Amino acid sequence: MSMPMTVTIQHSYRRGEFHPFAAEGRDFIYLVPAGAMFELDAAAMTLLTRLGDRPLSHDALIDHLVEGGYSRSDADLMIHELRQAQVIVTDDARPAPAPSAPPKDFPLQALVLNITNQCNLACTYCYEFGADKIATPAGKKKYMSLETAKESVDFLLAEARGRKAVHITFFGGETLMNFPLLRDVVGYANAKGAERGVTVGYSLTTNATLLTDEIIAFLSDNAIGVTVSMDGPPDLQDKRRVYKSGKGSYAVIEPRLRALIANHRTRAITARVTLTEGVTDVIRIYRHLKDDLGFHEVGFAPVTASDNQAYSLDDGGMNGVLAQFHQLADEWLEYALRGEMHGFSNVSETISELIQGVNKSHPCGAGIGLLGVGPSGDISPCHRFTDADTHTLGHISTGIDKQKQGEFLSKGHVDAKYDCQTCWARPLCAGGCHHEAFVRYGDTGHANLHYCDWIRDWTDTCLRIYGAVSVQNPQFLERFAARKAQS
Amino acid sequence: MKHLKPLNKKAQRIDDMVTSLAQEDVVALQQAPRPHVPLGCSLSFSPGWEVDAGGGTAGLCQPVERDIYDCYVTCFWPVQVPDHVNYSPDWASNCATAAKDWRNLDLVFP
Repeated sequence: MSMPMTVTIQHSYRRGEFHPFAAEGRDFIYLVPAGAMFELDAAAMTLLTRLGDRPLSHDALIDHLVEGGYSRSDADLMIHELRQAQVIVTDDARPAPAPSAPPKDFPLQALVLNITNQCNLACTYCYEFGADKIATPAGKKKYMSLETAKESVDFLLAEARGRKAVHITFFGGETLMNFPLLRDVVGYANAKGAERGVTVGYSLTTNATLLTDEIIAFLSDNAIGVTVSMDGPPDLQDKRRVYKSGKGSYAVIEPRLRALIANHRTRAITARVTLTEGVTDVIRIYRHLKDDLGFHEVGFAPVTASDNQAYSLDDGGMNGVLAQFHQLADEWLEYALRGEMHGFSNVSETISELIQGVNKSHPCGAGIGLLGVGPSGDISPCHRFTDADTHTLGHISTGIDKQKQGEFLSKGHVDAKYDCQTCWARPLCAGGCHHEAFVRYGDTGHANLHYCDWIRDWTDTCLRIYGAVSVQNPQFLERFAARKAQS
Repeated sequence: MKHLKPLNKKAQRIDDMVTSLAQEDVVALQQAPRPHVPLGCSLSFSPGWEVDAGGGTAGLCQPVERDIYDCYVTCFWPVQVPDHVNYSPDWASNCATAAKDWRNLDLVFP
């Protein structure tokens, strides 16, 4: 080869893939192929405004900027900078590649042990027992045996290859119906972890009906994080969180919750609320759980349901929920600007992902860094697929079925979801919950199209909060990130 | 970066990348600071007209005459090599195989 041919190419530029937003009178973009967030100065904003939706030649852009008072060399440098960051792209640029899938030998980080599939409540919307259940527990073990649990711990430590910390979540059914096993597993895992120099963290989800002072002391002593599934004050809690007799559970759990929150001092206590038809009073629920009962954090999620379940949220219900979410989000921002933590975890979770700039290949860690183990020892992508035969990814005695795992993950990759390719919220959402998709569309790899607008609205809200905090109280974001890293 | 202020960790990585790209990564051999290139051999590109770090052409990995032939045949550098379309159609007629016969290529005087 000889000297390079020098030919001046006249580039045209168009906008890269970004979502613009404004806060505190400043302009920001969320750069989609990366998950990056930038504040723009006036010059960059002038350029992007001029660029609009149609491509423009390099010279036309320069002329516009020069008319706007920028020098030719400034304008040239600006175009160069925006192009290198891919905020603008040349008109022959190819779409950015999708985030690559995690390596096949991705080390396991967390195991969810479904230590029982039995429950003392009969919440009408339950995904494990309700109308949309996918579990077929008949003929299977109801309680996990200590042997299976120990095998699971050994499996986690072996599959965690080189990790310094792993996590075990206890789940049910009602988790505390198998508390003796839980206690034994913690002892066993602490010992095995110590042998390998691995820290084991714990958490559990419970309906709180079976909490005792002894259990609370154990949870606190072992720094076991607690999430309580509950829906709010008595009238809302007792609507669907009921015993098999139909009797509500609020009166039973209230004193136990107060004892838990007063005496568990080592981890934040979180409430997780399921929003259903008629249980949409987000603000009232939040105030009750946060202020009256004293939960540290409260998170909300609409119920998972196929169409036309009586307890489903309809669009009207959803819009009402969202309006109240916005109110709490405003409050979250006020707190952040004062340097205080607010307990509305729907904002907190999104903000912590935005701090990292995540760009997900999959909606969550299910089947990647996280697996579920059912009472019988079946491995599933997560606790929501426990005892669901068609979703089994192996058995704890024989290990992960790599082929099934591969199929599950290739279906669930954001790149396999057509509708997501044009959505700016995909770095965070990646199509949404595999289980919800299966219940709705019969396919874990289907994008959860029923909540796209909602996800985009919510992501935009959180972006604007982030932008406002970054202008007014940037140190808060640093502290927030450090705190999240510890929890 | 001057016009984009990074606000999250991913944006900071883009900023770092763009900043590192902004440093000049193509320099002439005689330009300070001098790059480390083994004398007489450029590993990265055909040196062409450029003199080597010592100021001469003798140590380049291929002689300028060989290089100019390549330009002529493939029209890479149409201005500064003999023009095989217009006024020097026979310039390379004595050079059947460039690797062997490049010495037969002569200068063209205007």
